[in-house]
Amino acid sequence: MEKRQVGTDKVKRGMAEMQKGGVIMDVINAEQAKIAEAAGAVAVMALERVPSDIRKMGGVARMADPTIIEDVMGAVSVPVMAKCRIGHIAEARVLESMGVDFIDESEVLTPADEEFHLYKRDYTAPFVCGARDLGEASRRIGEGAAMIRTKGEPGTGNIVEAVRHMRTVQAQVKRLLSMSVDEVMTEARDLGAPFEVLMQIREAGRLPVVNFAAGGIATPADAALMMHLGADGVFVGSGIFKAENPEKFARAIVEATTYHDDYERIAHLSKGLGEAMKGLDVRTLKDEELMAPRGW
Amino acid sequence: MVTIGVLGMQGAIREHVRMLEALGAQTVVVRSLEDLKAIDGLVLPGGESTAMRRLLDRYELLEPLRDMETLPMFGTCAGMILLANEVEGYDAHLKKIPMTVKRNAFGRQVDSFEVDLPVKGIEEPVEAVFIRAPQVARVEPEVDVLAEVEEAIVAVRYNQYLACSFHPELTEDLSLHRYFIEMVKENQKQYA
Repeated sequence: MEKRQVGTDKVKRGMAEMQKGGVIMDVINAEQAKIAEAAGAVAVMALERVPSDIRKMGGVARMADPTIIEDVMGAVSVPVMAKCRIGHIAEARVLESMGVDFIDESEVLTPADEEFHLYKRDYTAPFVCGARDLGEASRRIGEGAAMIRTKGEPGTGNIVEAVRHMRTVQAQVKRLLSMSVDEVMTEARDLGAPFEVLMQIREAGRLPVVNFAAGGIATPADAALMMHLGADGVFVGSGIFKAENPEKFARAIVEATTYHDDYERIAHLSKGLGEAMKGLDVRTLKDEELMAPRGW
Repeated sequence: MVTIGVLGMQGAIREHVRMLEALGAQTVVVRSLEDLKAIDGLVLPGGESTAMRRLLDRYELLEPLRDMETLPMFGTCAGMILLANEVEGYDAHLKKIPMTVKRNAFGRQVDSFEVDLPVKGIEEPVEAVFIRAPQVARVEPEVDVLAEVEEAIVAVRYNQYLACSFHPELTEDLSLHRYFIEMVKENQKQYA
């Protein structure tokens, strides 16, 4: 038999394919991770603080304490993801060495490098990155990201930015598909996107990796909306454990994601959930408080 | 013409649909009891087995699927776990194949791999992608072992059930799906 090959595109992108139609939940300890798994989460994101608390705390947000990540890895059998700062090679390597299943090079944390993202092909662990448009998504894919998610505006409980980012990417993909081949290079220049990635998208009719929604999802209907707009699945950060009743919220968001076009069912499962997380109007945030513009 | 359902809770659903359709089968994405009526075979896709199980329970599909005695089923990765009579350390699901599976038996995602794999009954080696994959720890003698990776069992057939630890749906290799469609056709003849 031939030798096993690890860390290939198929193995990394395939891992993300297996998460499709599912919900990935932010957790800050083993107990929350178990609640998430029991509710049907396809993976958990182990963090020191959820994004809304990162906003409140201010200061520099960094990779979580490895103890928290290890506790979560020991508590559940679903994949465990963790975040490193944009461009922070050492944090990424530390997470990889711990056997984290997916690394989020995330704008939720304070960037370590304001010019360069990680070269993600160098790693055996797969990466997910945020994107606001097709240019950003294609650059991250070019660097080796195995999964893309909208940035949204994390920790706000406000879906408006995630909707904007999802619609933008979808519209730009559609536009690309309608172009003749001789127009693609100019489009690559205009988007700041690698030409080869755009050619792959054109051939496949969609991004070569899955595209999840993230950043502001707070209710079952928010999750269903993002699925309707073409998301392959959803990340829920502060939305679950900042809600009044996390167990119920978690279960309802999972079901609304699976049955996103069954509105009677969503009506039923949205009843009596209790208070959702308190949201923020994104327009009241100062420029330096916005997370989505981080990354380049 | 055969109609094959793909269990549509979560995971690599569209990949299986694409491959089955490339082989001329009709497909139905199965998300309710109603969807089970018109199908000649069922694919249980890769995904997260715990998440799928929660949804099967909540939407009362588990018992009806357990009770189906003649429907051919093909499980890949998480689907293989769903088909096993026993799952090490966890509750079993559909209990269709007398075997015990071990979840995440090759390790975490950084240990996931691909390999060209010889499979009994298929001429060319199969392009096999293993992602946090299970292994078959034990089988009853009546189960036909189709493939092994370094002595770990990774593909089996038992009557009208086919299961593999890897993901043919992530490749362009149609051979296992072709094999399953032949099984479905044989099954149709038997119950015609």
